[in-house]
Amino acid sequence: MPRFAIVVFPGSNCEGDVLYALREVLGQEAVLVWHKETSLAGYDAALLPGGFAHGDYLRPGAIARFSPIMGSVISMAEEGKPVIGICNGFQVLMEAGLLPGAMLRNKTLRYVCRYVNLRVETTTSPLTRECRKGDVLRIPIGHADGNFYADPADLEELERGGQVMLRYSTPAGELADEANPNGSLNHIAGITNKEGNVVGLMPHLDRSYQPELGSDHGLRLFGSLVASVS
Amino acid sequence: MKVFRAKVFVRLKPSVHDPQGETIRGALATLGYQGVQEVRQGKYFEMALEAASREEAEASVREMANRVLSNPVIETFEVELTE
Repeated sequence: MPRFAIVVFPGSNCEGDVLYALREVLGQEAVLVWHKETSLAGYDAALLPGGFAHGDYLRPGAIARFSPIMGSVISMAEEGKPVIGICNGFQVLMEAGLLPGAMLRNKTLRYVCRYVNLRVETTTSPLTRECRKGDVLRIPIGHADGNFYADPADLEELERGGQVMLRYSTPAGELADEANPNGSLNHIAGITNKEGNVVGLMPHLDRSYQPELGSDHGLRLFGSLVASVS
Repeated sequence: MKVFRAKVFVRLKPSVHDPQGETIRGALATLGYQGVQEVRQGKYFEMALEAASREEAEASVREMANRVLSNPVIETFEVELTE
């Protein structure tokens, strides 16, 4: 059975949700790994959960990228294993240079906490292989710094390489400024690296894995991840 | 070894939109400061560090500013050094 590592930094606060979804809902072997650990040997995938790692001091993710565990997260990424960053975890992966771009403060300057609609742009990523292109998922976001930015060259490379995984959209799957909650360039909500195994996304799949939570669409992303390492 | 004092200014690149600066400009306009055309918000660090020479201190501060204090994707920095 595949084993999932959930990396916990001081200030992470969504590790319990990710653990519950993988262990209780999907019956997987998932373990919390403290950021001071230095090995992820024996794990098939790593997830960096949401929260405020190291208090988001300096910039979100800026201190976490130097945590001892990050060396083995980078090794896993280089080995081609799935490395998934959710919300603050996405910010950590960008600061670590595993994903291109950076997050600016939301255009509204407000912390935005609500459901959004997400259009699936690629089905080759470990999180979307069980989706179809054009599917619209309803999953909540909760962040103050989710305004995706990349310089024009990087943005073009992301688009050309099919690295944009999810875009904020209307419920019908159309792109519109009013459906973009934070001002992200090209409505980007989630991306992959060039190889496709490192994934970052702002939406909290870990807050939408059963109907009682308001949506179970996050389960399709978790299910894809499980399928991709099984 | 000598102790040097460094000031590091971190700024958003000119091409990067600054919603915080824009909001501050809007607030200033509301207060009646109508002449303010642009506000850009940045970060400022003061450091004291030991180094053998001024060159070594400056090189070290520049490396830290590049690796940690700024995010080169969206920001630039300037270093000022005094003894």
